Amino acid sequence: MAISFDKGFELHAQGVLLRAERAEVIAGNIANADTPGYKAKGMDFQKAMQQAAQQQQMGMSRTNSKHFDVRTELNNNVDFRIPDQPDTGDGNTVDVQVERNLYLENSLEYQAGVQFLNGKIKALQKVISGGR
Amino acid sequence: MSLFNVFNITGSGMSAQSMRLNTTASNIANADSVSSSIDETYRARHPVFAAAMQKAAAGQEGNAGVQVLGIVESNKPLNIEYAPDHPMADNEGYIYKPNVNVIEEMTNMISASRSYQTNVQLAESAKNMLNKTLLLGQK
Repeated sequence: MAISFDKGFELHAQGVLLRAERAEVIAGNIANADTPGYKAKGMDFQKAMQQAAQQQQMGMSRTNSKHFDVRTELNNNVDFRIPDQPDTGDGNTVDVQVERNLYLENSLEYQAGVQFLNGKIKALQKVISGGR
Repeated sequence: MSLFNVFNITGSGMSAQSMRLNTTASNIANADSVSSSIDETYRARHPVFAAAMQKAAAGQEGNAGVQVLGIVESNKPLNIEYAPDHPMADNEGYIYKPNVNVIEEMTNMISASRSYQTNVQLAESAKNMLNKTLLLGQK
């Protein structure tokens, strides 16, 4: 049986990539915490992960900037958050405290994912070197 | 690499907030500048923020940074005072003071500096995440 890195790393590789994307979404929310009319966005991580597991990200490659972005995944599961309070006065729905905690959580989970990957790599290295 | 985009986003946040701090400093510094005509009087300045959708134009989903559209002057009425003894008084004895609300500016300053700090912390933790990733697979 050949060693397959894809199988060896399981879903951790995709998980880390999705976490990085989620960090970007949350950073966008926090940067726009004072922008009037900005609506906070969030990522449905469970759905994104399921799609990654089923490898549904088939799409057409864009070779020209005028091409449309055709992908089967829907907006990469990024959607608007439902705000806790109906109106803050300027139409902004970012709750900085919530976003900061989510960012922290996401960053820790990212690091956990990287650590899992590290473990997998070490195991593979051991297999390749025959335990020496 | 989307983690590098976090730096762009937090960077745009930091520059927008520092712009806000700049206008606040200018407003507070000029809060007591007296002038002798309505046209020459300093007016409170505030930046206008908007979400920058550069990535939306590139066909990707828009995780936008923040952008300063411009700086607007407040339309609030000026503080006109009757002070005939004042050296800057006009022919009718009035002096004109800016429409700066110092209390409002102070709270603005605190809000801006907190938002700036939040953006710095985000960049810091994104840096840590990238550092961990760079060390992936090393002993």
